[in-house]
Amino acid sequence: MRGVRWLLLKDLQILRRSPLQAVLLVAYPILIAVLVGFAISRGPEDPRVAFLNEVPANTRINVGGAELPKANVKKQVCERVECVFVDDRDEAEAKVESGDVLAALILPSDLVNKINSLSTLTPGVPEVEVLVNEENAVKAELVDDRITTLLAEANLRIARRIGNEGGRYLGLIVDGGQFQVLGESIPILGLRTSARILETVTPALPPRLRPSLEQVTEFAAQARDNLDVAKPLIDRLAQPIKVDKVVVGGESPPLEIFAIAVAATLTLAFVVVLLVAGSLALEREENAFSRLTRGLVSETGLLGEKVLLGVAVGLVVTLLMLLGMRIFVPLDLGRIGLWLAAILVAAASLGAAGAALGAAAREVRAVSLLAFMVTLPIAFLSLVPSGAVGPGAFDAIRYVTALFPFKPALEAITAALDESRSGIGGPLLHLAVLFAAYATIARLALRRFAAV
Amino acid sequence: MQAGPGELVAIIGPNGAGKTTLLSILAGISAADEGEVVADEGAVGWVPQQAALYRRLTVEENLLLFARLEGHEDPAASVEEMLELTGLRERRGEIVARLSGGNQQRINIAIGLLSRPAVLLLDEPSVGLDPRQRARLWEFVSGLAGRGTTVIFSTHDIQEAERYGGRVLVLADGESLFDGSAEELREAVRSEAPESADRDFETAFVAYLQHRGH
Repeated sequence: MRGVRWLLLKDLQILRRSPLQAVLLVAYPILIAVLVGFAISRGPEDPRVAFLNEVPANTRINVGGAELPKANVKKQVCERVECVFVDDRDEAEAKVESGDVLAALILPSDLVNKINSLSTLTPGVPEVEVLVNEENAVKAELVDDRITTLLAEANLRIARRIGNEGGRYLGLIVDGGQFQVLGESIPILGLRTSARILETVTPALPPRLRPSLEQVTEFAAQARDNLDVAKPLIDRLAQPIKVDKVVVGGESPPLEIFAIAVAATLTLAFVVVLLVAGSLALEREENAFSRLTRGLVSETGLLGEKVLLGVAVGLVVTLLMLLGMRIFVPLDLGRIGLWLAAILVAAASLGAAGAALGAAAREVRAVSLLAFMVTLPIAFLSLVPSGAVGPGAFDAIRYVTALFPFKPALEAITAALDESRSGIGGPLLHLAVLFAAYATIARLALRRFAAV
Repeated sequence: MQAGPGELVAIIGPNGAGKTTLLSILAGISAADEGEVVADEGAVGWVPQQAALYRRLTVEENLLLFARLEGHEDPAASVEEMLELTGLRERRGEIVARLSGGNQQRINIAIGLLSRPAVLLLDEPSVGLDPRQRARLWEFVSGLAGRGTTVIFSTHDIQEAERYGGRVLVLADGESLFDGSAEELREAVRSEAPESADRDFETAFVAYLQHRGH
């Protein structure tokens, strides 16, 4: 242990003596981590869409002579896309052609009239016009999806309102009430009241007339009962399929917590793997390995010192990063014990993997390249969600990522940061198993390392 | 082979002769197929061919690190002693990477001496040094032998072996061909390769090896 202490001091001296390398070692992973975290936590930018509403102000959709409430189309549209208001069709076209906007949405002046005609004997076809510049296929598809969704939602709203109005009229027929026509109020008797009146007058009628009247009464009762059923059917027609979302697995942390966990794990992985692998390879490159292991320090002691170095530096960098992130996202400092447990175990496991890489590659440059070539793809594969690829490919990804400490480290750090999650034990156990496996591989690889 | 206190033994031979292998067996780094090495524990100091030190640390930091790893009771005093011995006291604060190859080799040897070995093994210590650096190195090594340290060094430079080796061991393909003084080696070369007797010693030595089947 005495030797380990002096070697640790020596490695920190070397790190301090190479400020550019030290800054790169810390700054580069943090930069990558922040970029990844930023990319994950932000949705795509809203597309810029020119918006032209030619529908005369105060025009309302009218169903059966009754006006529906104002739809506020502008608000609905501009919540989903970045609206650029234009005055006429030419301006809309010019903006689309120049690429200033990705598309233009034009609501023609006769749109509401055509919607209103749907409830007449001569229904028109209401249309909105969309101008799209398909120069960029990805953006065009994005705009297409947004506008299709907008129109589907608009259709649904209109269908619901028509359904509501229809239901109101059915209620009038069944239960009776007042009907407004051209400013005048007309009383409607309603089926329920009609049946009650008929039942009341039937005993007073001559017996031979009663069967006929009883038939009418029965019809009124059947009509009332069936129309009662029709109202919810009309409501369901507006949205025949309802989504009932049930979460059956994969507790999902809040997006910002997950983004921070990804950024922290990436930083920890790169710092620890590169530092441990690089410093171990440096012992070989400086020809010091044989001299050290000739009685001054054991090979296991040397490996332990390198892992300890990685854990110490990784812990400091990751903790500083998490504390810095608290400026932007509220992270519960009461869980710092779990943070430390997750970071320490993850760093030890990543350090053992780094030691195995360092012992296998033996030269600092080769080791750095190898560390990037292994860590970066594994990190990105670990972020692939189920369903994003085929089931076979996802199984393969799951097995591959389970062999490297990045994914369990991400799970442990996510569990440590997220208050709503429990079960940090599984990832920590996984990390402990990987630590033992990689430490054994590193120890075996060092035998090859020892050549004079 | 045997070597006594203060003796300077040169091991020479062509590439692949087994010089480094022999030294690494004597140092305890490699295991011997046959035979055994008899030496007191910790009595053998080893200086590898390539300087085994940290180029980003200073001269003093390197010496202090290895003195601490050796478990010296007063590492600072050991560092002062080695700085005095190597003549690098004035350059103690310099980063090793900025020193000449000769000075790096002197520190390399000084680190090997920190364990105060009775026997010092040097693997081709003068490789890559210019004549002036080489002369200073051998002056330093001769001084060590003069103080009673047994020095065994390998080289493929015959003149160097002849000049500094009090005793010369000739190896070829893992076989010991000769063990004696430089004068005795000249005599052996002359007698076994008489056709090269009037040529320079290096050419005559190559002819001698060929006569011995190497």
